[in-house]
Amino acid sequence: MIAITREPIDHAAITESVRSNLAGAVCSFLGTVRELTQGKQTSSLEYEAYPAMALKKLEELAVEARHRWPIVTLAIVHRVGPLELGEIAVVVAVSCPHRGESFEACKWLMDTIKEVVPIWKRELWADGTEEWVHPGVATGPAPVE
Amino acid sequence: MQVAVQLFAGARQFAGKASVIVELIEPCTIANLKTALALAIPALAPLLPSTRFAINMEYASDDDTIPQGAEVAAIPPVSGGSEPR
Repeated sequence: MIAITREPIDHAAITESVRSNLAGAVCSFLGTVRELTQGKQTSSLEYEAYPAMALKKLEELAVEARHRWPIVTLAIVHRVGPLELGEIAVVVAVSCPHRGESFEACKWLMDTIKEVVPIWKRELWADGTEEWVHPGVATGPAPVE
Repeated sequence: MQVAVQLFAGARQFAGKASVIVELIEPCTIANLKTALALAIPALAPLLPSTRFAINMEYASDDDTIPQGAEVAAIPPVSGGSEPR
């Protein structure tokens, strides 16, 4: 399953969905909303996607991962919209015959998602300021939307 | 020709709108589009050097030509959460 959703993510159901008798290893990664970033306190987050392209890129990454590792089943679900502290933003679940390949595939998928899939994060800081997170760009204080 | 550019995240916020229509002389490239965008919306200029562009949902390079009627989007640097350096 590959999906982008505005609803809370049921990580257990996604992990369960990739289990198989052909797989001896299931690796699930959860990305969750962190309260502290370099000492700065987050009050909540918002994720925004370019939905059609994000889904297309996720599908392409799934195909690429299947070329690289002997994946039995995989699932990627990314949430968009407002998220509270501790909530799950993304789940990547991979099943493979053996654990090494499941760890590698899961890590590669998550790392590559953050590089190429058009989904962005907006930090709403506890001090009342907010900013879109664009690594490498000094956007400075953002104008109010 | 007219090119409609979808703007996301910080690009949308800085421009104050979700899309912009730019008039360009054919044949036009992504580089031409960037120049035109910086003139049309000066608030976008700081983001443009690091912003990638997509033509029909594929990442494009500066010298790629924009076909008539293409779906064009500005893709500011992506982060679902960056690792500390």
